[in-house]
Amino acid sequence: MSSNSYKNDLPVFDAYKNLVYLDNSATTQKPRAVIEAVERYYREENANPLRGLYGLSVKATDAYENAREAVRKIIGAESTREIVFTRNATESLNLIAASYGRTEIGANDEILVAISEHHSNLLPWQNLARETGAAIRYLECDESGEYTAEGLKKALGPRTKLFAIAQISNVFGRLNPIAEFTEICHDNGTVIVCDGAQSVPHLPVDVKELGVDFLAFSGHKMLAPMGIGVLYGREELLEKMPPFLYGGEMIEYVTKDGATFAELPHKFEAGTVNVGGAVGLHAAIDYIGKVGFDTITARERELTALAFDEMKRLPHVHIIGADSAEGHHGIITFTLEGVHPHDIAAIFDADNIAIRAGHHCAMPLHQHIGVQSTARMSLAFYNDEHDIERFIETLSGIRRRMGYGG
Amino acid sequence: MADNFYNEVLLDHNLHPMHLHELPCATCSNAGLNPTCGDQLTLHLAIEDGLITDGSFTGVGCAVSQASADIMLDLIIGKTPAEAKHLKELFSKMIGGNITEDELDELEEAGALQNISAMPARVKCAMLGWNTLGKLLDEAAERSGV
Repeated sequence: MSSNSYKNDLPVFDAYKNLVYLDNSATTQKPRAVIEAVERYYREENANPLRGLYGLSVKATDAYENAREAVRKIIGAESTREIVFTRNATESLNLIAASYGRTEIGANDEILVAISEHHSNLLPWQNLARETGAAIRYLECDESGEYTAEGLKKALGPRTKLFAIAQISNVFGRLNPIAEFTEICHDNGTVIVCDGAQSVPHLPVDVKELGVDFLAFSGHKMLAPMGIGVLYGREELLEKMPPFLYGGEMIEYVTKDGATFAELPHKFEAGTVNVGGAVGLHAAIDYIGKVGFDTITARERELTALAFDEMKRLPHVHIIGADSAEGHHGIITFTLEGVHPHDIAAIFDADNIAIRAGHHCAMPLHQHIGVQSTARMSLAFYNDEHDIERFIETLSGIRRRMGYGG
Repeated sequence: MADNFYNEVLLDHNLHPMHLHELPCATCSNAGLNPTCGDQLTLHLAIEDGLITDGSFTGVGCAVSQASADIMLDLIIGKTPAEAKHLKELFSKMIGGNITEDELDELEEAGALQNISAMPARVKCAMLGWNTLGKLLDEAAERSGV
């Protein structure tokens, strides 16, 4: 892995030559191919799509719908009717809670949420519980971040209508056995909502293999621009769900008294949509296709193992989650004795290394594992051994720079 | 770069804080929260006969928030609430990046945190103790009907 040409595809590394970017779970950098595709769309194909009866608008519509087809393919969905464009995973999850949740979940029901969830896959359910009077319960993991089938079976009750869990936790980096959990949920008549924000960009995800009812993810964590996200939903569920937002483009027929709504997926895409973002996501998916998930997962696995082993060797460093690199999937969250995570991140920044510090939008998890906040490094395939070397070099000097002797 | 705001004064107050302890004689306390990291800092003051006779803080936080609170207590113990309030205003001005040389002198050791003004992400950390002080003094003033 000594040569790395991928960085040449990412203009940010021209602008910021010395940057070691290890905050890929927050957002990835954007390849030139993506930036140029968005620019080309706005230069050559821009018009309001789905409406205009002229050539340019048809081009914009095609660009948008072709992007939907690319998304359908990369997650293995049956039909583009199951692919709804949103702003991001957060909006996708809110859509499920607002539309499916309000119609299907009532006062006597229960919602089960994995304790390690990002606030995006937690607050919509807390709010839904408050609105409907449903009870919210949490599925707890052990301290290595593992959830078990037995634990899930025990937590599901006759009134558990919905279970929300990420495929890969943004704190632990552990890959949850979603296909197995789906089966358990469905046997119980429970719908499963999967947050794929940390998984879809990094490994092949097939919604039919997973069997999930809903999958949410963001474009910006997979090389695409910010502001475009995806909700996958099984067609029969989306079909009976009411619209989320009301307005233009999502209607069939409107009178002074009411309206009938457009077919799927447009029923959920009110207002002028983000064609530029969708085009960027399409280009990102094409770029990922060219690199190949085999290469992406192999590189990320190798780099994770390298970083994990080096970190394990350092005194005072504590890794959160699994005790082996295989349980981390490009995400290593850690603490350093005596140094607050904000100070850790500031010192990394002084060495031009970008990492994340704080509670990573997972405060209940931090309460569960008994730490106030943590630091996190997260990888993408375009990182390399040199990045890990720089990361380890800085990490090993932080305590000295904070005034600790030895 | 960012490194140079971890100067000796800041590191020393972080590693050896004088005022990080409970305060049984406190007459008032107030908790402040930094929403970015979830850090919580509780400030305790003993105010007697119009004078801050003692003070401390408890809670966990980053080096910037801990050192800032420790330096602040060094400064305000022995002062009146009005003088403490004035120092808080000066500290805010310094972190906002528009303080005069004379005003900076008044802040004494707290001037060691001046470079934080160039680090917007850390402003909340530096201000945590001081904002808590502001709230606490306002409440104390209300209670005593001043």
